[in-house]
Amino acid sequence: MSPLAVPWTEVAVGLLLVGSGVVVLVAALGLLRLPDFFLRMHAPALASTLAAWVVTLASILHFSSRGGGLALHSWLIIIVLSITAPVTTIVLARAALFRRRQAGDALPPPLDGEAARS
Amino acid sequence: MSPLLAHAITITLVLYALAMATGLVRVVRGPSAQDRVLAADFLYVVGMLTMMVLAIRYDSEMYFEGAMLMVLFGFVGAVALAKFLLRGEAIE
Repeated sequence: MSPLAVPWTEVAVGLLLVGSGVVVLVAALGLLRLPDFFLRMHAPALASTLAAWVVTLASILHFSSRGGGLALHSWLIIIVLSITAPVTTIVLARAALFRRRQAGDALPPPLDGEAARS
Repeated sequence: MSPLLAHAITITLVLYALAMATGLVRVVRGPSAQDRVLAADFLYVVGMLTMMVLAIRYDSEMYFEGAMLMVLFGFVGAVALAKFLLRGEAIE
């Protein structure tokens, strides 16, 4: 088999998978290198949104290309993940705000009118 | 499966392993407890992605159930830990 005879779905699946690996690595580097907890909080969202969507797309493409119709099982994972990830983030942010306030450390400025304008 | 896809999957798994090692550094080093919870939740998500890549690698749809369970347990675990962080401080 010559190198050009690879079916296009396999090329697309491979590209999507490597792209998701790069995105996850970027998220991990953000988790390691950002200076503050509330900044670090943004990095893992990259893995649980973009990378998860890309891997889901790749698996749908792969399992649909084997024949037997459209294989849509993995949408379920994406749906559940997109419901649970924001809840986790909100609860963790509230816990972090509470703990910082208890410890008397510096908090990020509030977002409501007066403080945001000044 | 063509060699191209096999190599792509290998590269992806290596990148995931590097990301998990980096997240583990944050779990060990994290200055505060919420940093550790955040990094552990990240490890759960990357583990779930690994399961989905393994589903493609071994051409088996059984891995999706494992990935689904990892999503659910990761959510329950992270929320439980965050709740503990809230309540543990409140009692002190």
